Amino acid sequence: MRAVRALTGNAAAAYGVKLCRPEVIPNYPITPQTIIIEQLADFINDGELDADFIPADSEHSAMSIAIGAAATGVRTFTATASHGLALMHEMLYAPPQLRLPILLVDVNRSLGAGSGIWVEYNDSMPERDSGWMQAYAEDAQEVLDMVIQAYRIAEDPRVVLPFMLCLDGFILSHTVERVEVPGQEEVDAFLPRFSPLNRLDPEAPMCMNMAVSPTHAMEMRYQLDRQMEGARQVIAEVDEAFGKAFGRSYGGLLDTYLMEDAEIALITLGTATSTARVAVDELRAEGRKVGLIKLRFMRPFPHEELREAVKGLRALGVFDRSVSFNRFGPVFTEVRSSLYGSGVPITDHIAGIGGRDLKVSTFRDMFALLERSASGGRVRECTWHGLRGEM
Amino acid sequence: MEQRVNIRSMPQEDHLLSGHGACAGCGVAIAVKNLMRVLGRNTTVYVPASCLLIFGGGMYPHSAFDVPFLYSAFENTGAVISGIKAGYRRQGKDVTVVGIAGDGGTFDIGLQALSGAAERNEDVIYVCVDNEAYMNTGTQRSGSTPFGAWTTTTPVGSRVKGKRSFKKDLMAVVASQDIAYAATLSIAHMNDFVQKVERAKARKGFRFLHIMAPCPSGWKADPSLTYDLARLAVETGMWSLYEVEEGEAHVTYRPKEMLPVGEYLKLQGRFKHMDREDVEALQAWLCRKWRMRYAPSQPPLDRTDDLACDGDGCEGA
Repeated sequence: MRAVRALTGNAAAAYGVKLCRPEVIPNYPITPQTIIIEQLADFINDGELDADFIPADSEHSAMSIAIGAAATGVRTFTATASHGLALMHEMLYAPPQLRLPILLVDVNRSLGAGSGIWVEYNDSMPERDSGWMQAYAEDAQEVLDMVIQAYRIAEDPRVVLPFMLCLDGFILSHTVERVEVPGQEEVDAFLPRFSPLNRLDPEAPMCMNMAVSPTHAMEMRYQLDRQMEGARQVIAEVDEAFGKAFGRSYGGLLDTYLMEDAEIALITLGTATSTARVAVDELRAEGRKVGLIKLRFMRPFPHEELREAVKGLRALGVFDRSVSFNRFGPVFTEVRSSLYGSGVPITDHIAGIGGRDLKVSTFRDMFALLERSASGGRVRECTWHGLRGEM
Repeated sequence: MEQRVNIRSMPQEDHLLSGHGACAGCGVAIAVKNLMRVLGRNTTVYVPASCLLIFGGGMYPHSAFDVPFLYSAFENTGAVISGIKAGYRRQGKDVTVVGIAGDGGTFDIGLQALSGAAERNEDVIYVCVDNEAYMNTGTQRSGSTPFGAWTTTTPVGSRVKGKRSFKKDLMAVVASQDIAYAATLSIAHMNDFVQKVERAKARKGFRFLHIMAPCPSGWKADPSLTYDLARLAVETGMWSLYEVEEGEAHVTYRPKEMLPVGEYLKLQGRFKHMDREDVEALQAWLCRKWRMRYAPSQPPLDRTDDLACDGDGCEGA
């Protein structure tokens, strides 16, 4: 039975997880993620979810427990944020290479020092090289829907990779929205039981991970690289199937808004997309041919989809909510390398760092620079928006 | 009285197979080979970064373990075995899950995950094979390294000679968590060894086995002396054999008299630089430990004979 509920982004994640019936949920609290595991603990103690809830001694141990459980072939979930993700960093490298399709929800929060609890992508962006798929959600409905999609994508025999679903701390994690919660039967029908090819089992012993010499390690990394590339197709298929089953789909790796005749466009991710969309609407009402590209996945990266989406553009801007110091934001460098040779002038727009508020005017400022760029004016390669005056 | 296994009646099927790459005289190999014989086929093994990972877990695609085996990192043994057990439990599979870590992986970097698993009373066996230094990285000091010992990070210099602090009492730390079973083991007391493994295997909840495992290369000792070193460790008080259940410690072997620690030190190059003052400091520390272990309440021995020493013909079998 479908139900409409008022849920925060975190609660939406927990409801999505419950519907996916994970067997083992190792966990450790950290702001702004904690509500997810609290909600799951409530589900379990109220008998609404049958799962092993394992309170770990740290996020490092939480991921280690997830690895052990997933290695036996059961569906596994954990959640973290910021410093918790950083503490997990060492263990993040095991599930991709061991082919353990664990789902991790990361509630984006800045990583100290200069410490704060507000949204920034400097926790998750550095992990895009770890071998996890990585997606960013815009609203609570997308969070819930992507939890369900994530398991189906991750466990697909053509993928078998772990999935990191990111949502903006507080702006999404703590904001109440209207969310349609699917019925258990329809999720069961959409998401088959997890049955991996390889698992720890005394009936059929196998060694999972041992010392690997240079003779074999390189091929393993190559396979992982190809598998990640192949996941692009599966992500598109699953999103389409989800749309048929539940009436909502999200465009797969990226979504576009008013791009058909757009001459200038901005790439955004996370909740910033909602604010940027308002700016686009305002500018369209003023007769400007602007559009929006919502980047949904950092891994696999939609390089081909992006080349298709930017055709005909006279200027493209990239919104970044984290910085690789001295060399722009990570989304910008990914986008620019993917579009090398496309001829579209691309600039970086860093904003919202450390949870700094993003206003419609922030995005209008970005579009103003893009218009200048499109008409041949000089625009800096990278602009920080909203810096305090004394800078 | 419960029927006790001994080294003749114990299972003889190996699950750490011959052909592994351990050094001659490796105490860890002897310990794990016998541990695995008792634990049997229905076992899953987790090994963190350690010599055992390399010589036992093996170099892909070869392994000396013929039961399910997993490795992922150094400091997470207590956590990963918790996860493996949970995964099996969810599938209704009753499997013995064991983590086998070294002293560095247990005393130092792995202590937090170990303590967490113990506190949750996870239904797993945690084994520490203790050779008193980071041997896999070439003999660096750990929290287990004894006072005075040379290691590459406690070198013998003109000003400072060897380690300046004493060995951590890990058993006290772990056993204080009210776990189902905790025991110390020695490869020189093999009947006691296999009986403790069997007892651990039979119990539910968190079980901890701490095995003294001499390392000829790191201790700079003759590989033929592994057994003698393990035996002398107990006779000098550098190691003691007991088990802890429901908060009570029971000594399982009491040496007839305390041998001077010099008898143990002189067989190992790692101690050869020690001057009289340092040997006396170590001896004084040992005497204190000895009194605490054997004297305070005069706990009754479970039995008066030790099967490994009573001439039942099993020695070295």
